[in-house]
Amino acid sequence: MVNETKTYTLSILVENKPGVLTRVTGLFARRAFNIHSLAVGTTEDVKVSRITIVTDESQAPIEQITLQLQKLINVLKVQILDSAKSVHREIVLIKVNTRQGKDSVRPEVIGVANLFRVKVVDVAAESITIEATGKESKLEALVQALLPYEILEIVRSGTIAISRGRDIINLHREFGENNL
Amino acid sequence: MLRVGKGDKLVKDSNSDYLDGSHILVRTLEDLGVDTVFGLPGGAILTVYDALENSTKFRHILVRHEQGAGHAASGYAISSGKPGVVMVTSGPAATNLVTAIADANMDSVPLVVITGQVATNLIGTDAFQEADIVGITLPVVKHSFLITESSDISSRISAAFHIATTGRPGVVLVDITKTAMTSYAHYNFNQKFELPGFNPKQQPEHQCLQAAIELIINSSRPVILAGGGTVRAKASENLLKFAKLIHAPVVTTLQARGVIPDSDMHSLGMVGMHGTIASAAAVQKCDLLIALGARFSDRVTGKINEFAAYAKVIHADIDPAEIGKNRQVDAPLFGDLNETLNLLIESLTAEKYTAQDRSNWWKYLENLQIEYPLYLDNEHAEESARNGMGALSPQSVIQKVGQIAKKYDENAIFVSGVGQHQMWASQFLGHEKPHNWVQSAGLGTMGYAIPAALGAKAARSNNAVWVIDGDGCFQMTNQELATSRLTGLPIKIMLINNGTLGMPRQWQTLLFNKHYSQTDLHDGPDGWSKEIVYGDGEEKGGAPNSGIPNFVKLAESYDCLAIRVTRLEEVEDAIEKAAKENERPVVIEFVVAKDALVFPMVPAGKSNNSIMYTPTVQPLLDDGNIGNRIEGEE
Repeated sequence: MVNETKTYTLSILVENKPGVLTRVTGLFARRAFNIHSLAVGTTEDVKVSRITIVTDESQAPIEQITLQLQKLINVLKVQILDSAKSVHREIVLIKVNTRQGKDSVRPEVIGVANLFRVKVVDVAAESITIEATGKESKLEALVQALLPYEILEIVRSGTIAISRGRDIINLHREFGENNL
Repeated sequence: MLRVGKGDKLVKDSNSDYLDGSHILVRTLEDLGVDTVFGLPGGAILTVYDALENSTKFRHILVRHEQGAGHAASGYAISSGKPGVVMVTSGPAATNLVTAIADANMDSVPLVVITGQVATNLIGTDAFQEADIVGITLPVVKHSFLITESSDISSRISAAFHIATTGRPGVVLVDITKTAMTSYAHYNFNQKFELPGFNPKQQPEHQCLQAAIELIINSSRPVILAGGGTVRAKASENLLKFAKLIHAPVVTTLQARGVIPDSDMHSLGMVGMHGTIASAAAVQKCDLLIALGARFSDRVTGKINEFAAYAKVIHADIDPAEIGKNRQVDAPLFGDLNETLNLLIESLTAEKYTAQDRSNWWKYLENLQIEYPLYLDNEHAEESARNGMGALSPQSVIQKVGQIAKKYDENAIFVSGVGQHQMWASQFLGHEKPHNWVQSAGLGTMGYAIPAALGAKAARSNNAVWVIDGDGCFQMTNQELATSRLTGLPIKIMLINNGTLGMPRQWQTLLFNKHYSQTDLHDGPDGWSKEIVYGDGEEKGGAPNSGIPNFVKLAESYDCLAIRVTRLEEVEDAIEKAAKENERPVVIEFVVAKDALVFPMVPAGKSNNSIMYTPTVQPLLDDGNIGNRIEGEE
């Protein structure tokens, strides 16, 4: 019935108030919905924060997940961002050991970075840190390419996404009805 | 940031609207029309109790344990249709409420729970009696607020009532710091609150209504599954009208007992694990299931893949997330249930709808009703009596209670604990009216009954409140007998004592090879007839092995009318005495057969098709009607 591999990107607009993120993640935990990644930040409206969650349907259909989210009083709007009609980006920082025995592999690592057109943001005697932005698939490929070297640390921001074209997640109508 | 202390030295002036947070809280509750608050004072909330005066417009009922306050508020809300209000202090008082909060939220009972919290500057310091009750209760509330400033109290309390009672009812917790309760602000009841993300839908979409009507018109074997939502939505009258209009049988969930009279010909009784055979047959063989305010609980559906396997489904519910949660739906009707039923009735009437001939369907179901009436299980009682043990059949006792209670007050309220006695109470009391059946369904909270009955009595003092309780449940919350006696809220407790945790024992009998591990409570039935029997010497340490507690003595210590009934011929007389006692609480202990079983039964996780009328009879497996047709149909 459900496809375990397909993921969905949810944009969740919430009131910018203490504890709201806990309510959202708590809902995922207690209903056993998966979170592949999660990113939170402020928006163009100071009263509103935007949470981007990548999830799947292994536990429940995506409609059920969105309906449960909409029940939370602090959730203003939930939208599934279709990958074909939206831009998805994630940032990753990868720290690579450039010392292999007595040799330095720094030029090779920089070579990989150049191949992927990503930036080197920190260089030290024995390490190099690469910053990459892109779709998850590109970042996965980069990590794979760096595997032959010793990856010391990886940190990822989680995916954020926005729809293509003029379309926006329209809150104003709902806000208008509630005289916010 | 906080205006702490500044106003503390101001003289209290009840005419001024410049008040401390405690007075603001009391004024807000008064202005919201609250008439009853259940609670127990303590450190962090003492200033609010100080603000309670003889002139306060609501009554405060002092319980003996905070869990009792929570269940009392739930009983109040279920029997009155108004939100229940609880007020306790911080820390352990708040955590004592967690069970009651989870219980009420699971059953969609509107409660506003007010907890005290340590001073704002002490939050997070592990202060005395500090508990993060907002965090602890997050998974079991509809919403919660933490108030740190007195100027927020009035608007947030108003918002709490709005949220608790609007859309699908639920529990809203309001945690108020001592700082907010002691600092001053101008009181303004009509302060606006902003809930931009809360906009429950009230009416189903036209298109979906049309789809539903289409399904009704084309159905030859419809059944209405009435859930707790029909009670919360006060949709009883429309439900009956609708059932008559489409000439469909009605099955009810445990929650919805009484929403359609058991005596009405459309009612097939309860459906689910311990429902009637006719109800099980109706949902398993229908071609259209009209679920109204029901959430397809596992206790109703049995094995979900085989539940109503040949049916299209219309699902009406106020909570969109319930639709499609456990079962795919063909016509979803979001919105207020009473309004939805109104619209359905109007549309069907406008289309000059007349129900088609469903005589085969009705004949099939009526035959099952006649062939498989409710199971009184006198066999176990007779056998038990021969062995000198509890001689009464619990089912017969409960049936008698129902008859006598309604003879004295046709609006009598029945409150039940959780377990075998609850199932029997659901089956045998004879439920004729909504809001007169108060119990814990979803969470299944043992000990619910006594405090919930208090709340029901507080809400409807003119009606008799009868409690069907078990000996296990009774021992979890009987401290509230003191509240009952002292606050003039007499309740009538019919204590079904089988000396054991009956439902676990039933499962042990049927599923665990009669290995009665830790289910014997040693509180009878041996104890009533004999001297206390001591264990055999050193092995049991000389502890008595039955008759503890002596329920009659215990009840008498709370100044209750207490009677122990051991013989059939005493049953009626004792219940009559209970009916006539209007001043004091009553505890009647019925010593019943330990091995009486709740039947019919669908084993957990099995299909409703396997429902057992008795341990050896499975009528729906053998009747040749499994499948998408019934006998006599083309």
